Amino acid sequence: MTEEREYIFPGRFDQVEELCGLIAAEAEKIGFTDDEIFRIELACDEACTNIIQHAYGAEDEGEIRVILQQTENAFIIILRDKGRAFDPDEVPIPNIPSDPNNIDELRIGGLGIHFMRNIMDEISFSVDGSGHNKLIMVKYLTRSAKR
Amino acid sequence: MEIEQQSFKRVDLVTVTGRVDGSNWSELDGAFRGLQNDGRYNIVVDLEGVDYMSSAGLRALVAALRESKNHKGDLRISNPSKRIADVLSLAGLDTVFSIYDDTNSAIGSF
Repeated sequence: MTEEREYIFPGRFDQVEELCGLIAAEAEKIGFTDDEIFRIELACDEACTNIIQHAYGAEDEGEIRVILQQTENAFIIILRDKGRAFDPDEVPIPNIPSDPNNIDELRIGGLGIHFMRNIMDEISFSVDGSGHNKLIMVKYLTRSAKR
Repeated sequence: MEIEQQSFKRVDLVTVTGRVDGSNWSELDGAFRGLQNDGRYNIVVDLEGVDYMSSAGLRALVAALRESKNHKGDLRISNPSKRIADVLSLAGLDTVFSIYDDTNSAIGSF
């Protein structure tokens, strides 16, 4: 059985902490470990920051709709916005040189998406029938979970 | 987030506390730029009091590191908590920055 909660936040950077804190609290209730909760919060922060910066292009241009679903073995986070369509394949991949002296080769653009992809078990971007961007992030409960 | 600065003969210490994210990273970026505009390129950033940092904060650290290195200086990190060390590692930046367990060692390294 799936449990679902929905919230709406204005697209502002000063709202991201509260939004992600709410997601972290839900993750804690579900039974993720403290380390997992910290990382889930980070992935959500990066997703919301991308929405404000890239989809809306600025603060106060639209809202972020948050839908949280819990299934027997997964926490599903859905973020929707009405900003510009987003193609994750166009985001540059961070380049971290193996030699720290090669500082000019260091490129960290795209680090937010890199975090999201590495932290969550699944992520997908799409545009729904009403033209809204829809980001789905899934984190599966592992045996380390408390419940 | 709070930022405190202390100048030594050859190095400047920037002590950051609180949360560094998309809402305030530009304040940290501005603190580094202020030092570097004054020709101060040897910087230690004490992160002991930072409990959260997103990629926005890392962007400020990397921009300042690049600017310092381009002027024959360096930006070195001291005291990152386990959480912040985790973020640096997740980004692959733990090998890019010189990271010290205590601030005195980081200051003394210049």
